[in-house]
Amino acid sequence: MHLPILRLGRTYESCDRVDLDLGGGQVAVTHTANPGLIRRDLLRIGEAKATLDAIPADTLAGFCEEAAELFLHAELPCGDTTQSPDGYVEALSALTRLPHSLVRMNMTKVHAAMSQVRTVIGGLTRGMPLEIFDAGLTRLDDLSVNYYPTTNSLGVSLPSNAPAVNSLWIPAPVMKIPVMLKPGREDPFTPLRIVQAMIAAGFPKEAFGYYPTTHEGGDTIVTCCGRGISFGSDATVQKYAAYPSVSVHGTGRSKILIGEDMIDRWEEFLPVLVESISANGGRSCINTSAILVPRHRDAIADALAAELAKITPLPRDHECALLCGFANSALADGIDDLITAHLKEPGAEDFTARHREGPRKIEAFDQVYLQPTLVACSDPDHPLANTEFMFPYASIVEMPQAAMLGNIGQTLVVSAFTEDQDFIHQLLLSPDIERLNLGPFPTNRVQWEQPHEGNLFEFLYHRRAIQGNVATV
Amino acid sequence: MPDRPATPEAAADALDAHVREIVRWHFSPDTGCPYWLEQARTLDFDPLAIESFDQLLQFPHFDDEILRKEDPARFIPKAFEGRPYNVFETGGTTGMPKQRIGWDDYKTDYTEFSEHYGPDFFPQGANWLMVGPTGPRRLRLAIEHLANLRGGACYFIDLDPRWVKRLIGMGEMRMAKAYQEHVIDQAATIIRHRDIGCLFTTPKLLESLAERMSLVDAGIRGVFAGGTTMTPQYVRFIEEEVLEGRINFAPTYGNTLMGLAISKKRAPGEYSLTYHAPQPRAVLRIVDPENTDRLMDYGDYGRVELTTLTKEFFMPRFLERDEAIRRQPCDEFPWDGVGDVRPFQSGTKTVIEGVY
Repeated sequence: MHLPILRLGRTYESCDRVDLDLGGGQVAVTHTANPGLIRRDLLRIGEAKATLDAIPADTLAGFCEEAAELFLHAELPCGDTTQSPDGYVEALSALTRLPHSLVRMNMTKVHAAMSQVRTVIGGLTRGMPLEIFDAGLTRLDDLSVNYYPTTNSLGVSLPSNAPAVNSLWIPAPVMKIPVMLKPGREDPFTPLRIVQAMIAAGFPKEAFGYYPTTHEGGDTIVTCCGRGISFGSDATVQKYAAYPSVSVHGTGRSKILIGEDMIDRWEEFLPVLVESISANGGRSCINTSAILVPRHRDAIADALAAELAKITPLPRDHECALLCGFANSALADGIDDLITAHLKEPGAEDFTARHREGPRKIEAFDQVYLQPTLVACSDPDHPLANTEFMFPYASIVEMPQAAMLGNIGQTLVVSAFTEDQDFIHQLLLSPDIERLNLGPFPTNRVQWEQPHEGNLFEFLYHRRAIQGNVATV
Repeated sequence: MPDRPATPEAAADALDAHVREIVRWHFSPDTGCPYWLEQARTLDFDPLAIESFDQLLQFPHFDDEILRKEDPARFIPKAFEGRPYNVFETGGTTGMPKQRIGWDDYKTDYTEFSEHYGPDFFPQGANWLMVGPTGPRRLRLAIEHLANLRGGACYFIDLDPRWVKRLIGMGEMRMAKAYQEHVIDQAATIIRHRDIGCLFTTPKLLESLAERMSLVDAGIRGVFAGGTTMTPQYVRFIEEEVLEGRINFAPTYGNTLMGLAISKKRAPGEYSLTYHAPQPRAVLRIVDPENTDRLMDYGDYGRVELTTLTKEFFMPRFLERDEAIRRQPCDEFPWDGVGDVRPFQSGTKTVIEGVY
């Protein structure tokens, strides 16, 4: 199976290729785009935008809804062949080691983002009609409102570990912004399948660039497009800090904060805590990586560890499989060694070690796994207290409720289990929280009318004051 | 076309004869330089007894740190005493630069390069523009010599690779990009306002320049480029898109210590590059990185080893920071070639290269 480059409507076979082992003697060959080729395509991006501008946004939204069904159910073009939904699940699982169940769960998330694109965009624009993308002008409560695109392209460098993050860029073509996509090395399939579903539904093929490429090529995509999105670690955030046109989705460090008023009910929250830590194999930035409690730390840690220890490796095609293997076993080695080393520093205990069978890192079903790990820390500054890893890992730290907001640092999602109005007020005004769940909800909860991380509409469009003879427009 | 041996056997014989002449030149008190005459006393063999290229393997690998530490004047052959000379420095090195002295070698190399390509490849009489590192570099004089030799003048736009390297080291990627744009701005201005027919630049600068304008429409007819890795895909991209399939392209591999290796002619649709050293003045071998006495088999990657053999400069068995595929001799160049050059160990570790 060859996956060539898509160059705004044109298929291009590169001489530089990467073989990816799908197992069973099957190989997917991605074609690598050199950075100059990407920049060269950007010289023609105006033509790509014109193809989207020629179609009403309402029609594009309809295409997106239709594409959702095609993504989920159809046999779609995939390079020099076609791919069924089951073929997609098997191929992606083989490359990423995500269990089939999690690939399917991610598929439903992508499907939801596409099928509910009107809701998503309505949430981002606070209810403006889609005509804003056709004319740049609409009226809200008798007020004329003018928005203009700040870019004619959105470049996205995608990760390999979370197919559902593709849902972040899906509204862009409906908003008439062409997309240039760099797939993650181990997930060349998801963005391609979405693009092919969109093209099959009616989107102009010129609106999409698909570029398997190098790190330098990824830099090119996110920095040379008028707007760019990248995913990664704190280092990625730092790397693009000088580029105001780039939005980086860095380490999540998502947290659950349990207030004084609800902490004594902790036992009823255990299922939510388990889900927050382990959903999607613990690989997402919206998985909980730290739990802050005002008391009962050890009791909660022991009970939670017992539940997490029940999550054990299963074959990738097992319907209950939750843990992901590591395609790169060296990465698992590095994470395991780091946790083991930090546990030697005073003030941290791995409570899951009391309950699980065998060590954290094990080999099973021809893969390397890291089993769920919960570390109780007595000091919020312990190196294991506020970190995140690509498997179900969390810390639990005890501190007074009043100290929590001063200790969380930059956090993607906070689920605050409280009804204390003063605490809620402080949470609502905290600058450190990107998304706030009030009540005992898992951190991985998604509401489509709320922005995920940043507001894509505000990233791609700016509002301009408009006055005078607006009625003549 | 330069006068070259007709067969690999004849090339080997010519190389052995050249080795005898050059080794005797550098190790004879009448003609040699202080550095090598002093080194001769530390060797456990008599360099004057060397009869063939194979016997040069008795020398240890040349350590290029010597070119930082030693006064370049210690490399002046006695026979050249009193003749003014050029001091050249290597490309992007930071700190104390590596220096090599020279007299006419660059003219010899670039005269041969000019003769290799016919009068139409780089149109005779056309003016040249060099966009790249000038300053204390051999390349700056060499390109001007090439332009003059072919009846044209040469314009220059400088790019300081040491500053680019420092910017990248500081994480100032945006500033590095701004500096590159500053260089390209100047080059575009010259091309628009002067009659330029030929370009020398690095592939990356060439790409950037072509993003500003159609080089074909601007009157460019020949491009000579070198300096960074050019994969087959990259060569294809440059030829098909950057040069729009209508500009002659001469990719080369070279540096201050060697001169330049010309790439052999390729068949239509062939994009893999094979470079051949300017033998016998320089010899490139592809050696086993674990046992550098052993040549790699044809078709296999190994480390690039350079031996320079001119009356101006003798440098045995220098291990370049590159790796390449060992390629067969060909009709144009009846000695080994080096193919698809890339930074050493770039397949196994991250290497920063191509800063310009």
